[in-house]
Amino acid sequence: MNILEIEHCRKQFDGNEVLTDISLTVSEGQVVSIIGPSGSGKSTLLRCATLLETMDGGSLRYLGKSAVRDEGGKSVYASAAELKEIRSCFGLVFQNFNLFPHYSVLKNITEPPMLIQKRDRTEVLETARDLLEKMGLADKADAYPYQLSGGQQQRVSIARALAMKPKMLFFDEPTSALDPELTGEILKVIRALAAEHMTMVIVTHEMAFARDVSDHVIFMDGGVIVEQGDPHAIINNPSHDRTIQFLSRFN
Amino acid sequence: MTLTAMIAKMSEGLGRTCAIFFLTLLFSLPLGLLVALLRMSKNRLVSTVTRAIISFLRGTPLMLQLIAVAYGPFYLFGATLLVKQKLLAIIIAFSLNYAAYFAEIYRGGIESMPVGQYEAAAVLGYSRTQTFMRIILPQVVKRILPSVTNEVITLVKDTSMAFTLAYMEMFSIGKQIATSQSSFLPFVIAGVFYYLMNSVVAFAMSRCEKSLGYYR
Ligand SMILES: Nc1ncnc2c1ncn2[C@@H]1O[C@H](COP(=O)(O)OP(=O)(O)O)[C@@H](O)[C@H]1O
Ligand SMILES: [Mg+2]
Repeated sequence: MNILEIEHCRKQFDGNEVLTDISLTVSEGQVVSIIGPSGSGKSTLLRCATLLETMDGGSLRYLGKSAVRDEGGKSVYASAAELKEIRSCFGLVFQNFNLFPHYSVLKNITEPPMLIQKRDRTEVLETARDLLEKMGLADKADAYPYQLSGGQQQRVSIARALAMKPKMLFFDEPTSALDPELTGEILKVIRALAAEHMTMVIVTHEMAFARDVSDHVIFMDGGVIVEQGDPHAIINNPSHDRTIQFLSRFN
Repeated sequence: MTLTAMIAKMSEGLGRTCAIFFLTLLFSLPLGLLVALLRMSKNRLVSTVTRAIISFLRGTPLMLQLIAVAYGPFYLFGATLLVKQKLLAIIIAFSLNYAAYFAEIYRGGIESMPVGQYEAAAVLGYSRTQTFMRIILPQVVKRILPSVTNEVITLVKDTSMAFTLAYMEMFSIGKQIATSQSSFLPFVIAGVFYYLMNSVVAFAMSRCEKSLGYYR
C-alpha cells in the first residue's frame, strides 16, 4: 500500500523554479533517503509534502486520500477540514528541532495528541513515557528543552512526532545542527525505527547511513531527481556525472 | 498646614491615582494586543489605517489627547462634561495611548518569534488560534516583559496628567495645596509617592519575570 504519492510537483519562488516535475511514491514500511547538494530543493520538497509550502502544480495523496489534486497543471488544495485529517498521517522532524521551549519535555510530547487528536490523557501519558523510555530519556520528562543537549532535544522532537502515531515520518537533515559526536545517537534512533518498519523519508548528508538504512535513494540536483534506485547502486556506483561529482565530496 | 496634614490630604487622592493606573492597564494591555494583530493584518487597508492611528497616538502628547477626549464631545455635540465622566475621559485617553505603545511592543515580540515555532505547530495540526494562544503568545509575553515594565513605570508617572482635567487624584490635590499654601513641599511629597509606587511596580514586574524564568 502506498502511504505517500506525489506526482509532477512543481514549485517556484518569485519566478525561480525550485522544484521541476518531481514524482515520488513511498509505500508502507519503505525508507527513502534524499541526498543532493544544498539548494537542490530537498527541504522544499519535504515542505510541500508536509503542507508547510503550497505547491504550484502537481498532486499529493496520503493513503489514497487527496490533499492536493492537479487541475490543468495547477495544484488545487483540499478543504481545511480534509487537510487537518491528512496532517495526522505524517510527522516531520526538523533540522533544528523546534521544540516548544516553554513546555517541559513531557508536555511537548503529550499536548499535541490530547489537544489535536482528543486522545485520552492516561493513554497519551503512557505512550509518552514509553517513547521517552525508548529514546533513553525516561529521566528527562520534567526537564525543559534548554536543559538538554542537541541530541537529546532531537530525540524529544522525534518522540513528539511519534506520539501522534503518524503513518510516516519525514526527517529534514536531522543531524545537521548537531555536534559530530551527537549525530550517532540520532542515527541509531532512526535505524531502530527502520527496523520496526516505520515508513520514512529522510533528507541527509550521512551517505553511509543513507546507504545502510534505506530501501531507496533519490539524488536531487537543481530541483529535479537526477538519479534514483537501490542505495548501494547509487551511493557506491553512481551512473550520472552530477551524482559522481556530488558523492566524490564525501569520500 | 503641617507636613503630616499635607501627606494625609494627598493620600486621599491615591485611590484615584491607582484607579487610573489599574484601569488603564486593564484596558490597554488587551487592546494593545488587538491593535498589534490589526497592524500585522495581511489586509493592506487594515494594517495601513492601524499604523496611521498608532503613529498619531504615539506622535502627539498624551495631554492633548486627554483634552481632546474630555472636551471634544463638548465642542462637537455640545455635551457637558460631568465630574463622573472625567475618569471616563481619562481612562479612554490613557487606554488608547498606552494601547498604541503596547501594540508596538507586542508586534516586536511576535515578529521576533522564530518561524520554526509556527511550522512545528502547523505540522502537529494546531490551528492558527491554538498556535497563537498556546505556543506564540506565552513566549512573546516573556520576551516583552522588560519593555512592558518600562511602559508601566511611565504610566505611574503619567497619572499626574489627570490634573489637566482637574481630576482630584494625588498630584492634583498636591498642586492645589502648593498653590494655596505657597509651598513647594507637596511636590516633594508627590515625588516620594511616585517613587514608592514605582518601587512596588518594579518589584512586582521582577517577580513576574522570575516566574517566567523556568525556561529559555
Ligand atoms: N521561502 C523561500 N523563498 C525564496 N526562495 C527559497 C525559499 N525557500 C527556499 N528557496 C530557494 O529554493 C532553493 C531550494 O532550497 P531548499 O529546498 O532549501 O534546498 P535544500 O534543502 O536542498 O538545501 C534554494 O535556491 C533556495 O534559495
Ligand atoms: Mg535543506
